[in-house]
Amino acid sequence: MQIQLNGTPTTVPDATHMSGLIEHLGLTDRRLAVEVNRELVPRSRFAEHELKAGDTVEIIHAVGGG
Amino acid sequence: MTASTTSSDSFSIAGRDYQSRLLVGTGKYKDMDETARAIAASGAEIVTIAVRRTNIGQNADEPNILDVLTPDRYTILPNTAGCYDVDSAVRTCRLARELLDGHKLVKLEVLGDQKTLFPDVLQTVEAAKILVADGFDVMVYTNDDPIVAKQLEEIGCVAVMPLAAPIGSGLGIRNRLNILTIVENATVPILVDAGVGTASDAAVAMELGCDGVLMNTAIAAAKDPVLMASAMRKGIEAGREAFLAGRMPAKRFASASSPIEGTFF
Repeated sequence: MQIQLNGTPTTVPDATHMSGLIEHLGLTDRRLAVEVNRELVPRSRFAEHELKAGDTVEIIHAVGGG
Repeated sequence: MTASTTSSDSFSIAGRDYQSRLLVGTGKYKDMDETARAIAASGAEIVTIAVRRTNIGQNADEPNILDVLTPDRYTILPNTAGCYDVDSAVRTCRLARELLDGHKLVKLEVLGDQKTLFPDVLQTVEAAKILVADGFDVMVYTNDDPIVAKQLEEIGCVAVMPLAAPIGSGLGIRNRLNILTIVENATVPILVDAGVGTASDAAVAMELGCDGVLMNTAIAAAKDPVLMASAMRKGIEAGREAFLAGRMPAKRFASASSPIEGTFF
């Protein structure tokens, strides 16, 4: 299925969970935060949060800024 | 005031005491090493960060800013830089809170246009209300407008941060009297945020009675950022001590420093 990942159309296996996506991207244990369809998904729910086709996923981290 | 009492001249934001009244941004530096060295030289205890998309599949081993400026050493102040509406500012703060394990302190800015980066005051007020109701400790960037500054305080913001001049402009404090009025009216910390260009600007802000100054470009865009960070630290300290000392009144005409009595000529 296709999702929108950080603004880019991305194909992931059906029934992918957020924890699986994070692992697939090599981002496990990184300090990040995630939104799906503009709603925050807490880290504690990554394992149970199942992605759906068409979801808009934003994975963010801290950068230098003023 | 002795050196020992000066060193205990702390101020408090959201219930936490800080010795340094210089708050610094972490943007625009050449690299992570320069960032770390400049911030160490500034003596800052509170550092701002921005929240952006993770680079998917690129530079996976690149150090993150929070690996260099760790939350156990610094108070991390996530900002909403680049937000032009209430919704994106609120979303940014909620993501930042998650990113920092429930950390509630945020810097709210809702910008009006790209040319001036002046705050959109109406949307800033609206976002502040939502964030305060959601449990955030909001340090809010605003115009040098005493009425709006007081309203933001009344909403429940933990600090109000009027601009000195447009972000990144280095123009210094454009309206000293408004900053003074904001300080006089306030019961929360007032920090000048944005527009400072050099150490004397920081000193002026402190001489006006501000509780602190937040800056980024003035340090990062100096020819020698580490040296400028040190200069800013001293400017802040000098301005603070001058404020506490109470300056002499300015007079139009001269007043001799040596006694007239006992002259023999």
